[in-house]
Amino acid sequence: MTMQIADSVSLPSPDARARAHAAAARDSLRTEPRAVRMTIIALAIVFLSVFVVLPLVVVFAQAFSKGILAYLSALADPEALAAIRLTLLVAAISVGLNLVFGLVAAWAIAKFEFSGKTFLITLIDLPFSVSPVISGLVFVLLFGAQGYFGSWLRDHDIQILFAVPGIALATTFVTFPFVARALIPLMQEQGTQEEEAAISLGASGLQTFFRVTLPNIKWGVLYGVLLCNARAMGEFGAVSVVSGHIRGETNTMPLLVEILYNEYQFVAAFAIASLLAMLALITLIAKTVLERHLDEGHDASDH
Amino acid sequence: MTIEVRNLVKQFGSFKALDGVDLKVDNGELLALLGPSGSGKTTLLRIIAGLDWPDSGEVFFNGEDALAQGARERNVGFVFQHYALFRHMTVFENVAFGLRVQPRASRKDEATIRARVKELLDLVQLDWLADRYPSQLSGGQRQRIALARALAIEPRILLLDEPFGALDAKVRKELRRWLRSLHHEINVTSIFVTHDQEEALEVANRVVVMDKGRIEQIGSPDDVYESPATAFVHGFIGESIELPVQVEGDVIRLGDRPLNLAADGLAPGASKLFVRRHDMLVGPPGSGAFEGAVQHVRNFGPVQRAEVALSGGETIEIDAPRDRELRAGDTIGLEPRRYRIFAG
Repeated sequence: MTMQIADSVSLPSPDARARAHAAAARDSLRTEPRAVRMTIIALAIVFLSVFVVLPLVVVFAQAFSKGILAYLSALADPEALAAIRLTLLVAAISVGLNLVFGLVAAWAIAKFEFSGKTFLITLIDLPFSVSPVISGLVFVLLFGAQGYFGSWLRDHDIQILFAVPGIALATTFVTFPFVARALIPLMQEQGTQEEEAAISLGASGLQTFFRVTLPNIKWGVLYGVLLCNARAMGEFGAVSVVSGHIRGETNTMPLLVEILYNEYQFVAAFAIASLLAMLALITLIAKTVLERHLDEGHDASDH
Repeated sequence: MTIEVRNLVKQFGSFKALDGVDLKVDNGELLALLGPSGSGKTTLLRIIAGLDWPDSGEVFFNGEDALAQGARERNVGFVFQHYALFRHMTVFENVAFGLRVQPRASRKDEATIRARVKELLDLVQLDWLADRYPSQLSGGQRQRIALARALAIEPRILLLDEPFGALDAKVRKELRRWLRSLHHEINVTSIFVTHDQEEALEVANRVVVMDKGRIEQIGSPDDVYESPATAFVHGFIGESIELPVQVEGDVIRLGDRPLNLAADGLAPGASKLFVRRHDMLVGPPGSGAFEGAVQHVRNFGPVQRAEVALSGGETIEIDAPRDRELRAGDTIGLEPRRYRIFAG
């Protein structure tokens, strides 16, 4: 009764009342004592600092430990330049291939019903569940001198292992799931109705793909490409097995970092490592931006 | 454009979506396919549009074999329940899409396309939304844009799949009336799918009632309401009381109680008696075919809805006018003004 009177006297707007209720509900949910909350937050901060921020700081500190000139000359070293070039080339090849494969696989899985679909989805995840070293060894088994295609390749004078094709193949295999994984849930959620609408309006298959399907998934494609690229440039295990570590020829940036470190050339090792760390930072920022766009895409599909 | 469908069969796994459907649609008709979910109505619509293919059977447009053509060539306008607007295009570009993807030879020039889109947006009374994106529109607006987009290609047939299914009740009622007047204006042969009987009866000039992949009845809205052809139609359309009865010679029994109803021409055996709720007339105890005790009464505007336990053991709901107040505990007699009995 008193409540009713109070309400009718002060007449708060329903909006204000709703907000007050919500705030009260939030407070009542936060039942932990202040000390517990602070401890948990502090733990999280310490953990993040030690395992994420500290390594990053160390990389840059080591890279610049002998000054900026030493840093720049380490990067200008022909071996370092060759590794950077090779890494960019391999990343371009594997991202390009996986963009096409990923699009096709996601399209087939999301827009069509066929038997063996679950198996195909599992297969796409295979590179994630196999250790990269094993992936590399598979290629050695296939294309190595004693491998299945080894003698045929030697007869035709084709070099795959210990050369760019092998490194590109291993990287492509390891990074295959990224684009497909980014697209499958997105395309499944979007369904096939827009495509059906386009076709019933007279669009051809290609027109439908380029005017309807692709624009709807463009942010998802970029997201997949970004992650695929980051992994392709950073891949160590699979590449290490197939590369042969020929200096100035088949060393990618991660491989070179290890070699330089083992030779006690810390500045050079961390200088290359700092480039990879910067790639990671740029990837993170781009990922955040893309995720915002992806969320907008989801909102737009609301009914 | 006339549509003729002959003996269509379509199976999804072990589920028979269409089980031998024959249908003729006349030029300029506005036909409703009405049925519960899983009755095959949407499958039938999608096969006519070319978005699905039957296992067997034939489809003809004006006597031509339509199954020889894909969805792209059929020139059919299709409106989806969830609109399926292209989310990355403006309203204007959505409506223009069908004109822009024409083969180069038959494609109109930009000025003609613009004029046509403007005209269509005027037709659906949404020209002021041309630059918006679908996500910025209400459900009712989206569905009208979807309709304008489908009409842009000057379709020979317009197919609408639960066009108002995703809208709230008030908007749905407005759009129903609007669709009927629009059809009157453009007069293109149209089929729409609905599970809402009120919608079908209000909008269509002919109603096809479907159940379990078969057509139960085809007729005018009055026909299917006033003279349902099967037990399913009677139960599905309008609010019906369904009672299991036994026909023995010229006596109809509900449980042990013989009902004072004519049994002429009825096959003996277990049957179902259907009465509309408002066709049960209330009288004093002892009058009428049924007798029962009132359990609950609720008032709905002009009628009172009473739950009555019949002395045969069944409990039914009736709608009675409010000129004579019913109270829980009353014993009343009930006489069906009109009723139908179906075997089985």
